Amino acid sequence: MKTLIPILAWIILSTLASIFFGNELLNEELKPNFLPNETSHGHYQIELKCDACHTPNMGIKENACIDCHQQDLKDSQDSHPANKFNDPRNFEMVQKLDGRKCVTCHSEHVPHSTGKMGVTLPENYCLECHSEIGEERESHKGLDFQTCATAGCHNYHDNRALYEDFLVDHYGEDDHLHAASELALHKKIDKKKALIEHDSPELPNPQILHDWSSTAHAAAGVNCRACHENEEDKTWNNKVPWQTCQKCHKDESKSFQEGRHGMRLSVGLPAMKVADARLEMKASAAHREVNCISCHNDHRFSLRTAAMDACLKCHNDSHSLNYKKSPHYTYWRIDSEMGEFNKGVSCATCHMPRIKKHGKVIVDHNQNNNLRPNEKMIRSACMKCHGLEFSINALADEELIQHNFNRSPSKEIPSLKWAKERE
Amino acid sequence: MKFITTTCLTLAFGASFLTSCNKPAEPAAAPAAAEESVKPEKMADALFAVMKGTRTAYTKHVIKNLGKEKKIIKPHEKWEDKENGVMLPAQMFRYARDLAMEQNPGFTYSLQSEWPINKQNAPKTPMEKEGLKYIGANPGKNFYGTEDLGGKKFYTAVYPDVAVSDACIDCHNDHKDSPRTDFAMGEVMGGVVIRIPMN
Repeated sequence: MKTLIPILAWIILSTLASIFFGNELLNEELKPNFLPNETSHGHYQIELKCDACHTPNMGIKENACIDCHQQDLKDSQDSHPANKFNDPRNFEMVQKLDGRKCVTCHSEHVPHSTGKMGVTLPENYCLECHSEIGEERESHKGLDFQTCATAGCHNYHDNRALYEDFLVDHYGEDDHLHAASELALHKKIDKKKALIEHDSPELPNPQILHDWSSTAHAAAGVNCRACHENEEDKTWNNKVPWQTCQKCHKDESKSFQEGRHGMRLSVGLPAMKVADARLEMKASAAHREVNCISCHNDHRFSLRTAAMDACLKCHNDSHSLNYKKSPHYTYWRIDSEMGEFNKGVSCATCHMPRIKKHGKVIVDHNQNNNLRPNEKMIRSACMKCHGLEFSINALADEELIQHNFNRSPSKEIPSLKWAKERE
Repeated sequence: MKFITTTCLTLAFGASFLTSCNKPAEPAAAPAAAEESVKPEKMADALFAVMKGTRTAYTKHVIKNLGKEKKIIKPHEKWEDKENGVMLPAQMFRYARDLAMEQNPGFTYSLQSEWPINKQNAPKTPMEKEGLKYIGANPGKNFYGTEDLGGKKFYTAVYPDVAVSDACIDCHNDHKDSPRTDFAMGEVMGGVVIRIPMN
């Protein structure tokens, strides 16, 4: 009996401890207690999904980074792909900077050494391999390491708007291009499919009925049940899950899940809540969730609302708040009055641009494709209306960005001039 | 409900851990039979034959025929930004290499020159330098050797890269970053370096 008591006590205590720690580990709401440190701006939304990046014993998954970022890197024509470093002839380069692994430059859970773009290396990393550039190019003589990537000249990965021939091709362009216009979305709608009668089991609210009947959904033959009917048992759903939208809007849904608004959904976490954002948001919107209908208000699905009004319902930083004082907004207002998408610039024009992909115009809902470094938006957004030099100068002017481009840029980046001189 | 689910899961994990403790170790796999191996020189020669054939076909039948003669496509260094643009043969060679390397084929290869447009493509290791000099001075001959790089041993083969089309020499002679402007047809412009790990 004397020996049985300690054994029983040990079993009971061990079981209780297993239940307590297991619960902490498996319950996503309690996982923050296990986070070793704050995660970066790019990953904090999915930090509770440990297995998105980690192996069961908390190592780093071999493909953790490229599982999400491989296509971005390919699309950006990555200037420093891993295979450049994989070649044994470059072993000395690898000893200086191991470009074979993303985590060489982008570590996680190290907030004190995480800089812009999630870079966790000292800023002089370019010099590891390019220190002799000052001797090779007269124009680069005496430039210090801080000028490489911070002045609209070079990026480590994406140089599509910064490479030398591109600079030369666009040298001397006007600041404001007269032929500026937004890309048109090609909506192929079969007029025979247009609907007049709804198929809701009950008479809908007159406003909902009016909104639906005046949209592309009614025109394209998408009736109430197409979205509200449960696929399995054919019952009526008042609340339409966001996955329903992706049945028809595949490209937009895919890029939405890759971007800041939908990345939590892509790893199986609940939708992002405005209150959880690290950017400045309006307190009145704190309770809102981010899914398709947060911006594309249900039944009306106004592109104009989704492109600007929806953003300003939540975003509360100075760049957003100054938008309505900008010339971009003036043109947007003119377009709104005319019912057009022409020279007007909304939030989405720059941050969710219409792009041509595989011969089709789509709205890119993944902000990562053109947000940081901000030169990534030169081709997809700025150059629809502005010359290249004006665009580079504007994006290098941090104060101008905060004031939402309310004047001409005060910075002058010499890269176009230098490229032209070397022609 | 969530608490109950996670509790059950935890207990199940605990039980499976305890029951697995006394399992006997898996028997070791039988040693694989010794396989016949291909000599690295043979393998490198075969790889080069495929590379050369593919690039020559692209140069003659796509670039020259559809580009220079029929003007249907526009071969250009920055082909992605040109209407009807297609990559140049040397770029095709490198793009294909990048795709091949994604499959971790166990060897590496590169296109190099003593007069490269991009300095990254100049010979770097002592064997690359020696090999490129050799194939330039001995037309029609290949160069073979072994070298140590980063603590690993490699079999290295260097093959001459000869100008087979005026598309090659025109581009290299006219490019602002080319160190040479007098390449002629049939001349060795550089070399293909194939590297096979020896362990």
